[in-house]
This record gives sequence, C-alpha cells and structure tokens, in this order.
Amino acid sequence: MREVAVVGVGMTKFGERWDKQLRDLFVEAANEALKDANMERNEIQALYVGNFSAGSFVGQEHVGPLLADYLSLKYKPAFRVESACASSGMAFNLAYMAVASGMYDIVMVGGVEKMTDISAPEATSVYAKAMDAEWESFFGLTLPAAFALIARRHFVQYGTKPEQLAMVSVKNHRNAAKNPLAQFQFEVTVERVLASPIVADPLHVLDCSPITDGAAVAILCSAELAKKYTDTPVYVLGFGIASDTIALHDRSDITTLGAVVEASRQAYKMAGIEPKNIDVAELHDSFTITEIISYEDLGFCEKGKGGLMIQEGETEIGGRISVNPSGGLKARGNPIGATGVAQVVEIVQQLRGTAGKRQVPGAEIGMTQNIGGTGSTCAIHIFGRQRR
Amino acid sequence: MMPKSPRIWQLAERRYRLLGSKCTLCGKTSIGPRSVCPACGSEKVETIQLPSTGTVYSYTVVHSLPAEKDGYGPYIMAIVELEDGIKLTAEIVDCDPEDVKIGMPVELAFRLIGQESEHGIIYYGYKFRPIMSRT
Repeated sequence: MREVAVVGVGMTKFGERWDKQLRDLFVEAANEALKDANMERNEIQALYVGNFSAGSFVGQEHVGPLLADYLSLKYKPAFRVESACASSGMAFNLAYMAVASGMYDIVMVGGVEKMTDISAPEATSVYAKAMDAEWESFFGLTLPAAFALIARRHFVQYGTKPEQLAMVSVKNHRNAAKNPLAQFQFEVTVERVLASPIVADPLHVLDCSPITDGAAVAILCSAELAKKYTDTPVYVLGFGIASDTIALHDRSDITTLGAVVEASRQAYKMAGIEPKNIDVAELHDSFTITEIISYEDLGFCEKGKGGLMIQEGETEIGGRISVNPSGGLKARGNPIGATGVAQVVEIVQQLRGTAGKRQVPGAEIGMTQNIGGTGSTCAIHIFGRQRR
Repeated sequence: MMPKSPRIWQLAERRYRLLGSKCTLCGKTSIGPRSVCPACGSEKVETIQLPSTGTVYSYTVVHSLPAEKDGYGPYIMAIVELEDGIKLTAEIVDCDPEDVKIGMPVELAFRLIGQESEHGIIYYGYKFRPIMSRT
C-alpha cells in the first residue's frame, strides 16, 4: 500500500441554505477543492460521495452519478456511501484505499446532505433510521433519545453532570464563533444550555447537533504526486474502521462505544502513535455526551473521566488535546453525510496552519473520528504534516 | 393503496409474544429473530419465550417527537433489562415521567404502538409498565 495525501479541500457555508439544492451545495464545495488543489476537473479519476438519506430528505437516490454529472466527470466511476452520520468518513476510507492500492492516482471524496426541505419532526424520523428500525425506532426511540439513555447511564456509573455536558456545547460554540463557515457563530453559556428546551432528558436543544444543509469535499492523491499540487500536503498516517451492534440495547455497557475503542486501536497502531501524540482532533459531538465518551474511548483520558476532562479545559484550543476547533457537529453544523469530510477539511487546514483565529498552535498530528448511528459505525483517520 | 402484505406481519408474533432467539451452542440470547448467533456465529439458533418482567436499565423522556408520534408525547423510552439479562428498548407506560427510575421493576404490557395512516394498518406490540401499578 502506498502513502496518500490530501491536496485540496473545499466546504460550503453550513446552515439553512434555503436557496440551494443538494447538487448545488456539492458542486460549490467540489469546485472550491479543485481550485484549492490547483487541479483540472478531468484529472479526477473517481468520485466517492457520503450521503445518508437524500431519498428521505429531498426524494433523490443515486446521487453518485448525479453529482458526477453536475461536476462534468463524464463516465467516471461515482460511488455513494451510506453509513448514517459516518457516511463520508467511510467514503473517505474507500477513496483512501483506492489511491493507496494503486488503482487510482487522484480521487475526489466528499459528503453532502440537504436537510431543511422537511420539518424537524420529519427529520427526527429520518435520523431514527440510523438505528434498528424494527427493534428500536418502531417503539418510539429517536436518535437523541438513544444518546440520552447513554448519558443517564454515564451519570449513574461515573457521576458525570449535566453542567459538564453543557461545557462541551460552550467550548464548541466558542470555537465556531471563529469559523466563518459554521452554522452557529455565537457563544453560549452553561446556564443558557441548561435552560434551553429539553429534547430527550437529560439532553437539551443546546446539547444536540442541529439540522444542517452543507457539503464538504477533499481531493486525495498518491504522496508521490502531492507536491505537484500543493506545497503543504497533509498525509494520511493511519486509519481504523469498526462496526458494532445496530441496536444500542444489544451492548453489555452502553457508556462505551466498542467501535470507537476498536477503530482507534487500529488507527494508533497503523500510524505508530499514541493518544498523547494527537495535537488536534475533530470528534463526533453529535450530542455533548458523545464527545465526552469519545475522550474516554479514544484513550484521551481514563474511562469515566471525560466530564472532568472538559471541566478542566484540557480540550480547549491550545489545551492538552484541542478538540473540535471547527465548532464540531454541535456548532459548525451536522449535515449528516457531509460531516466526516468536513472534519477532514478542518484537520487539513489546522495542519497547514491556515485555520485563522481558531488555529491550534504548532499542530503536527490530527485525528478525525466519525460515528454512525449510536456507534454502530466508527471511522477514524489520523493525519500528519510529515510522511510516515 | 395497501401493500400486498403489510410489513408489520413479518414480526407480529415476535412482538406480540416477546419471543427471542437462543444459540443452542453458546447460550447467547437475543431479542428478535436471528438465524446466526451474534456471539459465536453458530447457525444452531432456536426461538425461545423471553421473560415478561425486568427492570429499567436506563430511561429518557422524549420531548422532541418524531413525525409519527405527532401530538402523543412527552413519553418515556427505556432500555429494559429482562430477568434473564437480555435487554430491549420499549416505552414505559402507566407511569409519570417524574416517577421512572433506574432499577424500577417493570412488566410487559400489550399495547397499540402506532398506525400507518388514518385508515391504515394498526401496529401492536409490547410496552412496559411498573409492576407496582397492578392493584
């Protein structure tokens, strides 16, 4: 397997993009990535697109060729990957494999979701399709409710508090306020989070990632070719991919996401690093509790100490491990299928040193962690400024 | 137009009678039909009757409702741990949201779950209620 680099990235403004269709969003991000890579579109050999549920959100399936068509990638192979919120993290992995294997030299990978064409209750029902339709959502479980079940167990088993969950939201909003592409560019306080309406207790609205329209795109090529396109390639140092039971209730302990533990073990081993070597991480804070248990399952802190880690400010920009400088899913926004590659876009900018006011000083090694459903899928990638 | 065979029928018996699957090799039990044991990979899996009582393992009160529950909530969702250790997801009924607790003993209640549309198929299945409520 040969080494692979990211040489171009592009992302739309995340938010309620009433004036744009799914295809418009993707093309906007893709054109920006091509420009960023100083690349002609006919150099792209294959397209990988993460998308969760265009069929439910906008009545469109078969989005691979749709987007290839609108990008003038005529006759090029175009894959659509679905793994719930981990759709484009998984698409990124397939794109990486395609270049690493030697099959293609240059590929485009992105993600897109257009969610605001339907109502919030309808969107809640679509999210629920990421769980077990017959044994969870049939009975009324929603995705926020599933994470609320996790949060309550975490409170009981480890003494984690609602205030600590709220601190994740506060941090990520503070970071998003410095991100011009973020959905929510404003700060919140712990008091405001705890006073916001309850979605599924103990989770409030400001504990939950929003409904978002957006797209993100990255261009990958072999490490040998990378310097032809950019002076600052970012290299993929390692990855880990794992799955777990589709139903949350089938796990012996719901406060740990086994797929995250397993995927991170693989990724650290391949990259030859330990958690302490990570300078900056984009983690899957679909809900505030998810970021806290991810600290633990990724080995950033001991099991049960995630609440303490946020409380002590260890994951602030410039802290021990800077987590979600983009604002994360919570405040940058969570266009489901686009989220995994949006994480990659942020890490690439951080390692290039071009993240502006939210730049993590001296970032050399970064991580993306993308989760699908209640942790039934986890895709982790580790990136570096230097080759392995 | 009604479908030729409503999807609900595929699992009706499992849901009405709370049947599970048990691996005859390793003894692992699961909710729902399985033809391959998720623990050991054996294909020797048989259908068993699951216990109808258990305790609340975790719970939440759902306030942001999915479209199909429009006008119904807030309602309590829980993971219930049955007496044999198997866990499942169910609504807790006959219980005020303030009264539900982890460890609370509950028993199966056969209830209406939903309806496909105003004149569509009605879904039935299990919910759980506090054992205390039976007087």
